[in-house]
Amino acid sequence: MNRDQIKSVVLSELYSIAPELEDEDIAPDTAFRDQFDFDSMDFLNFVIGLHETLKIDIPEPDYPKLLSLNGCVAYLESKDLPG
Amino acid sequence: MSYHRISKKPASTIAPNLHDYDEYRAHFSWDQARASLDGLPDGKGLNIAYEAVDRHVNALRGHHTAIRWLDNQGHAHDYSYAELKKRTNQFANALRSLGIGKRDRVFVLAPRVPELYITALGTLKNTSVFSPLFSAFGPEPIQMRMDIGAAKVLVTTTRLYQRKIQALRDKLPSLQHVILIREDESADLVADTHDFDELTQAVPDTFEIPPTDPEDMALLHFTSGTTGKPKGAVHVHKAVMMHNMTARLALDLHLEDVFWCTADPGWVTGTSYGIIAPLTIGATMIIDYAEFDAERWYNIIQDQRVSVWYTAPTAVRMMMKAGEEVISRYDTSSLRFMASVGEPLNPEAVVWSESAFGLPFHDNWWQSETGGIMISNYAAMDIKPGSMGRPLPGIEAAVVKRLKDGGIKMIETPNTPGELALKTGWPSMFRGYLGEEARYQKCFVDDWYLSDDLVSCDEEGYFWFIGRADDLIKSSGHLIGPFEVESALIEHPAVAEAGVIGVPDAISGEIVKAFIVPNAGFQAEGSLKKQILGHARKKLGVAVAPRDIEFRKNLPKTRSGKIMRRLLKARELGLPEGDTSTLETDE
Repeated sequence: MNRDQIKSVVLSELYSIAPELEDEDIAPDTAFRDQFDFDSMDFLNFVIGLHETLKIDIPEPDYPKLLSLNGCVAYLESKDLPG
Repeated sequence: MSYHRISKKPASTIAPNLHDYDEYRAHFSWDQARASLDGLPDGKGLNIAYEAVDRHVNALRGHHTAIRWLDNQGHAHDYSYAELKKRTNQFANALRSLGIGKRDRVFVLAPRVPELYITALGTLKNTSVFSPLFSAFGPEPIQMRMDIGAAKVLVTTTRLYQRKIQALRDKLPSLQHVILIREDESADLVADTHDFDELTQAVPDTFEIPPTDPEDMALLHFTSGTTGKPKGAVHVHKAVMMHNMTARLALDLHLEDVFWCTADPGWVTGTSYGIIAPLTIGATMIIDYAEFDAERWYNIIQDQRVSVWYTAPTAVRMMMKAGEEVISRYDTSSLRFMASVGEPLNPEAVVWSESAFGLPFHDNWWQSETGGIMISNYAAMDIKPGSMGRPLPGIEAAVVKRLKDGGIKMIETPNTPGELALKTGWPSMFRGYLGEEARYQKCFVDDWYLSDDLVSCDEEGYFWFIGRADDLIKSSGHLIGPFEVESALIEHPAVAEAGVIGVPDAISGEIVKAFIVPNAGFQAEGSLKKQILGHARKKLGVAVAPRDIEFRKNLPKTRSGKIMRRLLKARELGLPEGDTSTLETDE
């Protein structure tokens, strides 16, 4: 998967948890929870969504890497996902 | 499965404040609890903020750290009791300069920043009434609560103001002043608002607390109802007796403790135990700006040498999920006592915590209406995992059955389910639901307060939670009223009917789930589900909005058209449907 494909998966998972964010500008380096109402349960569901859609394991210690949009993209890029 | 009783050994270091439950209870008096407080000088009454702040400065402990605030990056900022006294004096003077006085309501909608705490205590000094709102509420719950509470002042951040309040200003006729905490100091001032720093720095840092009757209204905590609007539970300054006493007995707080209550002050636990109670002891209180993250939390315990920790089952279960191995990488040896509240702590979590931290979590029980912990496990009393413990000294709890004639009957046989009732008269009992006397009176039968929680009590006097007697949803320790959620849902043009229930969730206890009948012309499909979900999250905020939506053709209703949530829930969970004699139209 290339960067754009990854970004689109991340956004789609994000919007399935928090559809109201589709109208928002997302600051790519700011944590979701610092710019929107996005609580711990949302975050957990978001990580579970990524895990299920991309069929990858995301160990708990890696969670802090997934807090922002660019964080997610960088982390998933490093996973070398098939296209 | 049954769990082993966790026996307590005599403490090796610091002796527990409550060393022998039965003996303490037998010799307890409220006068003794009152004697731990100072009262205002010259017999001018009892004021929560004086007990929490000023008296420690007068007792020459002004240098002691009252608040250690950890910002988003984890950097520590300390406020001594002397500094806190000055800052809260300034806020009280600022309110006075705006013409805000006794009984006037000051609302706050803010993340965990120092200004929130200064607002709370400064408001109490001014004998105005402090009412916290959770920052993840959406505009509807905010407007509803500020309207019921006749908010005169709102303290919030620039970001929250612009996202949630600005568009509501016209709908809040009682609101006279908005005070903004500026997160970005370079940002422009916003029209029709005051700047927190400018306002508080323009006034003196000395303030004499006016005479305060112990029965003067101090706090307004909103709680959800099954039907109708949220209720504003009124608490008075005398509640500080309970805050202080429970901090000593239920949380075993000592003067030199470093205490961390992880609850947000937007909910009652975060005000009673995340602001008031630890400060009345004179301890050091940790405040963390950030949300839950297992490693960040263990880091805080390690680096700040947290000795007493008060958290919630949802957080405990998230820690269990992260695993014991993570904990073993941190030094958590500073911990002496751990407690949990919000919803019943499952026995697995109690047993797990003993293995993970070498200490068990002590579950306790209370509600917005009770103002402070009522039933608790204690440092020097054996724990039966899964039990909420035994009533505080001075608190009489019973299991009762409501009778058809409106009376109640005591259930004396151990281990028999019934409703948890508390004998009225404890200092932090709510004094009313603001503006709703009839609803308040309905909470009492004879001289008992009825909690709407179903429990049983065993042979040794330990209480066990069974469930709610009503339709209220307990999610991540927060009480959510289905009616409020349904009302927001049906505002969406595609929604004809909505029924909202709580469904069990491994982490948060329950999640809010909505069953929706779409209007003609709308397709019950995924894109509509997302639209409605987005609508609900915008209106209600994430703390209240549903996490899951399911479409139905019809909802089960009574003859009077009331949606039978109980039946929706039984069907969702595959439980017996019970009495369906009032069912008129089915799904």
